[in-house]
Amino acid sequence: MRNITLSQAVNEALAEEMRRDETVFIIGEDVAEAGTPFKVLSGLVEEFGTARVVDTPIAEPGFMGLAVGAAMTGTRPVVDLMFGDFLFLVMDQLCNQAAKTHYMSGGKLNVPLVLRTNLGATRRSAAQHSQSLHALVAHIPGLKVAMPSSAYEAKGLMKTAIRDDNPVVIFEDKLMYNDKAPVPEEECLIPFGEANIKRDGRDITLIGTSSMVQVCEQAAEILVREGIEAEVIDPRTLVPLDEATLLASAKKTSRVIVVDEGHQGYGITGEIASRINEKAFYHLDAPVLRMGAMDVPVPFSPALEDITVPTPEGVAVQARRLMSGEMIHAA
Amino acid sequence: MAKKSNTEDYLRMYRQMVRIRTFEDNANQLYLAAKMPGLTHMYSGEEAVAVGICEALKVTDKITSTHRGHGHCVAKGAEFKQMFCELLGKEEGYCRGKGGSMHIADQSNGNLGANAIVGGSMGIATGSAFTAKLLGRDDVTVCFFGDGATAQGLMYEVMNMAALWKLPVIYACENNGYSEYTRTEEIAAGSITARAEAFGIEAHQVDGQDVLAVNALTEKLVERARKGEGPFFIELMTYRYHGHHVGDINREYYRSKDEEKDWKDNRDPIIRFRSWLVEQGIASEDEIEAMNDEIKADAKAAVDYALDAKYPDVSEVDMHVYTDVTHALARNPA
Repeated sequence: MRNITLSQAVNEALAEEMRRDETVFIIGEDVAEAGTPFKVLSGLVEEFGTARVVDTPIAEPGFMGLAVGAAMTGTRPVVDLMFGDFLFLVMDQLCNQAAKTHYMSGGKLNVPLVLRTNLGATRRSAAQHSQSLHALVAHIPGLKVAMPSSAYEAKGLMKTAIRDDNPVVIFEDKLMYNDKAPVPEEECLIPFGEANIKRDGRDITLIGTSSMVQVCEQAAEILVREGIEAEVIDPRTLVPLDEATLLASAKKTSRVIVVDEGHQGYGITGEIASRINEKAFYHLDAPVLRMGAMDVPVPFSPALEDITVPTPEGVAVQARRLMSGEMIHAA
Repeated sequence: MAKKSNTEDYLRMYRQMVRIRTFEDNANQLYLAAKMPGLTHMYSGEEAVAVGICEALKVTDKITSTHRGHGHCVAKGAEFKQMFCELLGKEEGYCRGKGGSMHIADQSNGNLGANAIVGGSMGIATGSAFTAKLLGRDDVTVCFFGDGATAQGLMYEVMNMAALWKLPVIYACENNGYSEYTRTEEIAAGSITARAEAFGIEAHQVDGQDVLAVNALTEKLVERARKGEGPFFIELMTYRYHGHHVGDINREYYRSKDEEKDWKDNRDPIIRFRSWLVEQGIASEDEIEAMNDEIKADAKAAVDYALDAKYPDVSEVDMHVYTDVTHALARNPA
């Protein structure tokens, strides 16, 4: 299997789906000739033209709303939101309109759109270009939320998202666009709601999302040298969530850390930890730990920014605490 | 009033206006009798706007509607029975009781839905027009909104795009003089049509109490929009007889009873059109009274039906959250 970058994987997924289905189009700021600031879409306008790779004014609520109406009437828009931080600008159109239309219409109207955006700090972009806001949309019934952790998932989840008849939000980690991974050349679709067990282990479960899957895998490498065998699981989609796979692993290892780059307070880590507590409590030997981004706006200075996100070393430290029984005795 | 050549068209327009008024009178009574859950927003007084516009549209043309949306829904072809069922939260409602008054959608007639966010459907209407252009369809979308919605930023974002891309959309601003409980002149600086003109969008102002004037203008604009000459903007000067919603009864602090009486007595769109129909010999007073009675009887039958109709089964609560999952909560049971 060839290795391609996450950026190429997204580009391929879009190109393949646009060739397959002429109702698919891309809309957003600087998506055509510029191919986005991250150059993820380079080359698509040359193949599909400006009618289907549509540059918009800088008006996120406007093009988001336009996409909702386009999706309701027979097309499949892929909305490009340049930075995940701009989600706050499109919340009404995404959460009040797109998410609720199918339900409010009693199932008569569908909104098959994809909102592709990004997350991830440590790019020295400060508080308005570094947030990981997937918890905001995962909170809203009617939206699906996908979190690719490598080029492979980026392609497979994007293709599935485009074919889905519901609004789907995909968060790509903007620091991973140049990361390569094996991606099959043949058709590649990853079903939603199927977690991926990235590494088998018997002692502790590390659940990671997006780039935190790599953090968990690196933590597992550190831990195995100490005789601790960590299982690493990537849920791949937050909505729908493959609870069964997470619970089975929790029951097997009896210790769980949930690692995610969104803010820890009221976030994804708390939600997943809570479900494990509710449904696997009697199998646990320690409290489920949450590791999210520090509950501060993302700072600019590298000296500060780097300490706001979970690291492999940090995950390993928490894993050792759980393994040693410290958490139980401390209580 | 401009003269139209087809008697049937005139009578249908009259009928549709009376159907809207009758629907609203019944909806108001359901509220006052505490038989309707929640609140609703009456369209009475604005009938010539919805009817004049929708009579210029084909069934395949689309509209987006507002929280004050019953008039648009009726004018675009909806049936009383499913509408009253929806207002009462019943299973046979247009949205199986999940949307209610503020979210009625009737996609079979091209109504993409009412919207409870003021200005919330402007993106949707523009997107619907985008679809028509991308897929090479000739349908036109009309975006209904009130003067209050002209204060929302979304309107300017999407009008900009619609003008840049020549989308087949008509922005229909129903200026009823009030933005909820506030006079429009207190919330709207400058001219409303000039705002559209700033984007190079051809804008018209029309007497929204004159159904023939509204219809004649809309027919021209729809035809031009179909040929790719859109978008267009219409400001329709109209009046809402009730308060912001049915519960807004003591409203003299923001508008006088004299003002309301003046509009009802002297500018009512139904009375005006009825007089014209008689004057022109298109219908006799008796024929008109018979039509009114028939519509009243239809509405009563629909109300009675809806009152007796079933609520949705409680198992429907987690249906229609996603298109591909029958029960959204069954996936990860508690």
